[in-house]
Amino acid sequence: MSTLFAEPTRAGQAAGHGRRTDHPAVFLVPALAVLVVFFFVPTLFNFVYSFTDWSGFKSDINFAGFDNFSSLLGNGSLLNALKVTLIYATLVAVFQNLFGLMLALLLERDTWLNRTARVLFFIPVIMSALAVGYIFRAILKPDGSLNGILSFITGLDVSIAWLGSTTWTILVAALVHSWKWMGLSMLIYLAGLKTISEDVLEAARIDGSSWWQTFVQIRFPLLAPAVTFNVATALLGSMNGFDVVQALTEGGPGGTTELLNIFIFRTFGQGLFAQATTMSLILFLTVTLIAFPVVRYLRKREEVL
Amino acid sequence: MTAHTPTKPSVATRRRIKPGRVAHQLAVVAITALLLGVPFWLVVVTAGKNQAEALNPNLALPSQWQLLENFATVFSEGRMLAGFFGSLLIMVPSVVGVLILGSLAAWVLARRAERWMAVLYTLAISGVVLPPAVVTIVLLLRQLGLAGTVPGMVGVYMGMYLSTAIFLITGFVRTIPVELEEAARVDGAKPLRIFFTIILPLLVPVLATTTIMLCLYIWNDVFYALFVIGGRVDTLPLNLFQVASAGLYLNNWHLIFAFIILMSLPLLVTFIVAQRRIVSGITGGAVK
Repeated sequence: MSTLFAEPTRAGQAAGHGRRTDHPAVFLVPALAVLVVFFFVPTLFNFVYSFTDWSGFKSDINFAGFDNFSSLLGNGSLLNALKVTLIYATLVAVFQNLFGLMLALLLERDTWLNRTARVLFFIPVIMSALAVGYIFRAILKPDGSLNGILSFITGLDVSIAWLGSTTWTILVAALVHSWKWMGLSMLIYLAGLKTISEDVLEAARIDGSSWWQTFVQIRFPLLAPAVTFNVATALLGSMNGFDVVQALTEGGPGGTTELLNIFIFRTFGQGLFAQATTMSLILFLTVTLIAFPVVRYLRKREEVL
Repeated sequence: MTAHTPTKPSVATRRRIKPGRVAHQLAVVAITALLLGVPFWLVVVTAGKNQAEALNPNLALPSQWQLLENFATVFSEGRMLAGFFGSLLIMVPSVVGVLILGSLAAWVLARRAERWMAVLYTLAISGVVLPPAVVTIVLLLRQLGLAGTVPGMVGVYMGMYLSTAIFLITGFVRTIPVELEEAARVDGAKPLRIFFTIILPLLVPVLATTTIMLCLYIWNDVFYALFVIGGRVDTLPLNLFQVASAGLYLNNWHLIFAFIILMSLPLLVTFIVAQRRIVSGITGGAVK
């Protein structure tokens, strides 16, 4: 039956008829209109208003050349925010995947206990990232619970300022971000592990392969699609990060955790709209540069489907 | 059911090394308690304390529980009811709009193979990776007279997430045989009718995945909301931001955590009720 109908369709498509009226391009208009107005036009504006003196202090907007870029470069905030964002994104991509994979391996077997733990580890994912930031801000205070637990275990009086280090706080922030999202990575890895054929694993077992050997040489390579998806989403999520770090440190201490988005939010609040726009353009360009390989991958994945 | 047969050998081998399994289970309990138990416990006990006891949040039980009083305080002071309905008023139209416009476009993009359609598709999904221009969106909304309004926020979210929806749905439509549409077409059905009666019902799995993802993002978003509707419209995350900004200054940790518990409840209850569907929806969309 279906093949009978398939033939005329293919022919119609080849001739260029049929498909066009069957799937009218008009159906694209509403979605494209929304995309143009609320996505593409603001993005184009980004390229325009970065070169103006638009601010909250005066009503007229004038062309200002590269003034915003040179002042942001001059006071070091551009390179700082860029550096912080890239370090943060890299750390999150590593830790979120590491934690997610470790949880997936830990909770792989379908027992009642593991299923319950999986559900629990997904709770942070559905929570507000802002709320997660505030919770850890309390836990990581010098006289907070983490130091309390460490003091209890070591018997010493531990009072580390986890959120007060100009070097290590960004690592702590990345760990909190990873804590929030590790449940999602875990789910993706669990789904990936399920797709691996039991025959392959059985063959490895018969050959005397240890758990670790099987994992490194067979299971991890076969997890490639899950790894790519998780790394891509973790990178994108952390480059656009704001909530966790804003709640945790507000960009401090000394601007060492000031992500691009936190800078944008802060300067926008100060009425320096053109500078905020310039940073927004920097974020756009950075993501574009890094995301291109990602897009290529997504397209390839599409073709496989 | 079928999953049982292949796992049997491993169950048999593990049965001999039972101590290992017990240790494994203990590890699961310990890791879960440490990574999740501690933070959640801290939230609950602190939310039950008075201001003096919560000054320095710790894991000790409150000397006297006043959880309900704190809930009542943040409920009125944090304008939770307004925040809840504000969040709902923004999330529902955004998600419904994205699903309808997105699947309509995705159907055409998946079925037509012309060169310019491929270009349009690339443009349409570029928002999956590209970040929205959050500052100039505000400028545009002012020019449109939509700044600080619910429709403006809905438009921004739709613009942000249509790409993700089109990407996911187009991939799914390509797996649906065209022949399914042909029978109706032979009967003389118009494209719009075919879309709503044949295509849309088949899209339910991918629409479920998209809905879950968008609800998570939009319900919890505070960054874009701060720019577009901050101070004008109440949403739960915006109100948390306000409560916390004041609360950190005044050291009102008990109120911050009480707010966090209350604002997490809607999604938490939804998740627990529809847990199986949500998990399969998310993994189904990600790893095909």
